[in-house]
Amino acid sequence: MSTNTTTPIKAIIIDDEPLARMIVKEYLATHKEITVLQECSDGFEGIKAIQQFHPDLIFLDSQMPKINGFEMLELVEQPPAVIFTTAFDEYAIKAFESHAVDYLLKPFSKERFDKAIRKWLDQHALRQNAGGQQAGAGEGSPTPAPGGEHDNDTTGALLETASLSPSQQQRIVVKTGGKIKIIPLEDIHYLEAADDYVKIHTHSGAFLKNRTMSFFERALDPTQFVRTHRSYILNVQQVTRIDPYEKDSHLCILQSGAQVPVSKAGYVKLKAVLGL
Amino acid sequence: MAKSPLSTGKFLLIFISWWAIWAFLQTSLLISFGLRPTTALTDSVVSNALVALSCGFLSNNMQYYLPKKERYWYILFISLALTGIILLACKALLVPLLSTVADGAAYVQFFSRSWPVRFDIVFLQVGCMAILSVLWYSQEEEQENRTRRNDAERLAKEAELFKLRQQLAPHFLFNSLNSISALIGSQPEQARKMIQQLSDFLRGNLKKEDQQWVPLSEELQYLELYLDIEKVRFGHRLTTEIICDEQCLGLRMPPMLLQPIVENAIKFGLYDTTEAVTIALRARLEGKYVIIEVENPFDPETSRPKKGTGFGLTSIQRRLYLLFARPDLLETRVDNNLFTTIVRIPQQV
Repeated sequence: MSTNTTTPIKAIIIDDEPLARMIVKEYLATHKEITVLQECSDGFEGIKAIQQFHPDLIFLDSQMPKINGFEMLELVEQPPAVIFTTAFDEYAIKAFESHAVDYLLKPFSKERFDKAIRKWLDQHALRQNAGGQQAGAGEGSPTPAPGGEHDNDTTGALLETASLSPSQQQRIVVKTGGKIKIIPLEDIHYLEAADDYVKIHTHSGAFLKNRTMSFFERALDPTQFVRTHRSYILNVQQVTRIDPYEKDSHLCILQSGAQVPVSKAGYVKLKAVLGL
Repeated sequence: MAKSPLSTGKFLLIFISWWAIWAFLQTSLLISFGLRPTTALTDSVVSNALVALSCGFLSNNMQYYLPKKERYWYILFISLALTGIILLACKALLVPLLSTVADGAAYVQFFSRSWPVRFDIVFLQVGCMAILSVLWYSQEEEQENRTRRNDAERLAKEAELFKLRQQLAPHFLFNSLNSISALIGSQPEQARKMIQQLSDFLRGNLKKEDQQWVPLSEELQYLELYLDIEKVRFGHRLTTEIICDEQCLGLRMPPMLLQPIVENAIKFGLYDTTEAVTIALRARLEGKYVIIEVENPFDPETSRPKKGTGFGLTSIQRRLYLLFARPDLLETRVDNNLFTTIVRIPQQV
């Protein structure tokens, strides 16, 4: 078997507008090495298809029903390489520019599209070679090549920036037992650190999200959510009472009855937000 | 700058008649004191002419310098000074003129005895003129300021209305262009049709004026144009249902009000669910109002429409406020998974 045989590149198109998917497919017709395995009209279908086919590349619209492109990526473990397509989304464009992910502004030309594909193919070839040298016969296996980690890093950083956009500050999207749950921010009681995850406590139970406490501290509105403790962020709307606890520390009682520890520094912040 | 009241013919005539009456009264008075009619007439005409000239001068002068509130002492001062000057001038003119006539000696004596009375009367006349002038000019100035302020407000309002009307969602435009780009390859006829629709839509967007109300039927046609484009974009996912009472079609309303409301409903409806969406529009006449309801489905689990108005309705709210000066014409309602936007348009009957 020769290493030159090109395994077809697997791609998925995710966009809610049929004509927008059509033009990507049409432009791809001249790139014989890329096969479109599926077209998806929303993020849920997108996640399913990614898990099923493990594509090398996805074309992803940033604005889609229910969950947008970024939220969808957040929910995918080891997201594939992404070429974003978007019509008009200031925040998304800012995020793309600062993280060197390729993006196409609709409507885009065939030339621009080809350029994005070429750029990605070059990177892809490099990664395949690097992977081939290090992992030997690892080619074609579903385990991610070292280059894949690079993709993950860029995508991760991208998602951090994109999640600061207003549309994403209204809610948090989590995956719970194969299902996708959209949590409006008002429903959150408090957040609790749990190893590499953050546990989001809501009136309909607790959910884990693969993020850090400091991420949420930055992304959430500081007049609504206060980090009262190294391991806790609480929704000030939910506070009913603050009781003194041990020396220098307090305990916050929420409407749900939950008790959230408040450190000395956290107490100062909480008082400032509550206007005490 | 405010114009002097004496510059208008009507006021000048009143002014002259006024002084003629004064001269007549003074003549009669002097005759009753025993002066000869000619002497009395000369005295009256000369002294009243002098006072009239001074008052004219004073009024004209205030056109350029109007004492502000805390400087009313200026009125007192200038009235006193003018009175003094008038009396000195009277003496300088009348005494040499009338000392040579038959009762000359008696007149000179009478003049020097009448000093204080003359001073009082002239001071009152000049003072009144000064106060009238101040009032006149203040009012003129106030009027001018009000006009300027109204003009500025009207301009600001028009500019804001224009801006609100022009708020075309770039998202809509670029996505439509992308759809056209996709159609060109496979269905050029359809692409051409869509370009036509988009052009008509944009042209309608450009030429509308808030003051020129249009019949509801025209608004619905314009809306149809927009919906046709959106239906090409979203395919089978979007259906619309428009129910309008026959009697409403001819009623008038400000232009470009329906499309942004429906656009908001589409954005809200289509991006909040992955299923097919029906947007319903109902229009009816209720008393003096045209009531328009736009309904879209949403998922109450994941989005919380804010109480009152939420989402993209703030600019509609603002427009309605600027047009009708009322904050209560836009309402929203939530029943289960239906979100309804209700606009009431007052009819000018």
